Amino acid sequence: MAYETNGKTVEADEEGFLVNINDWNEDLAGLIAKDEGIDMSPEHWEVINFLREYYAEYQIAPAVRVLTKAIAKKMGPEKGNNKYLYELFPYGPGKQACKIAGLPKPTGCV
Amino acid sequence: MSTLHTVNKSPFERSSLQSCLDHALEGDSVLLMEDAVVAAMAGTAMAPKLADAANSVKLFVLGPDLKARGLDAAGVVAGIGVVDYDGFVDLAAENSTVQAWL
Amino acid sequence: MEEEYEGGIVKKFMFVNRKAPYGTVYALEVLEMVLISAAFDQDVHVAFLDDGVFQIKKGQDTKDLGMKNFSPTYRALEGYDIEKLFVERESLEERGLTEDDLLVDVEVISRADMAKLMGEMDVVMTA
Repeated sequence: MAYETNGKTVEADEEGFLVNINDWNEDLAGLIAKDEGIDMSPEHWEVINFLREYYAEYQIAPAVRVLTKAIAKKMGPEKGNNKYLYELFPYGPGKQACKIAGLPKPTGCV
Repeated sequence: MSTLHTVNKSPFERSSLQSCLDHALEGDSVLLMEDAVVAAMAGTAMAPKLADAANSVKLFVLGPDLKARGLDAAGVVAGIGVVDYDGFVDLAAENSTVQAWL
Repeated sequence: MEEEYEGGIVKKFMFVNRKAPYGTVYALEVLEMVLISAAFDQDVHVAFLDDGVFQIKKGQDTKDLGMKNFSPTYRALEGYDIEKLFVERESLEERGLTEDDLLVDVEVISRADMAKLMGEMDVVMTA
């Protein structure tokens, strides 16, 4: 599949993950989120930005329990828990948030 | 607790066999298969190392792989047992773990 | 079987890395296996010996190869609760490397101790 944004076509795999991580921008993130039925709030962006930073540092998309733990460490337990993250990303903070963040499917996500 | 180590690369091309022998513990078994069978023959530069290893580990070579390469099972280093595929299965069953040195 | 699983049978796993990165796909494949294994709550050990020590050499830069530099991912292992990383001292020395050349915290052990450790495992994956 592909996304159309600002007159450009951006390639994605059959599940909607970007083929090329460098195609990502905030407009595209908004578009992917819309496809997923998510209206991006500052809380959503906080997680998306965290994921992008994680990827920049470690070159992988974290498994969901690793993400949860890492968020708890950085932003505190009120955000680093399953309930909070699943409310933001009902189809899974690993898979769905990674998709919006332009990252590959999480490694070690089974 | 013992391990069956399998090696499938010639020691003249890769260090896998050397590394395997360096890490096999007393009582473990080492099976030479595929290209590694060339190491089993008497008269090669590896033969002294294998003869030495035979003092602490059990050494085996896979007969079908010797035969395929025109190598005579009668000419292997003393102390190396020649096994067929059934023998390979037995070795895997007799040991608690199998470690393949690629 | 299910009861055993529920009861949490924990096995000792060791992933043994013996090859340098980039020349073949082994290093990356093993790394992915290690990350996935973390999901199963097993007792995971990762060993680097022979040319495998090059996988965690500092300063890797693959830009000119057009390949992904996956070495930063070894630093993510801690977050996956995989903290038992072992490097063989002789392998480092043979290659003119020291612990300071490595990009993750590891335990450097002798070849003899590595052999002993391998012998204690339930499952060993070598590549």
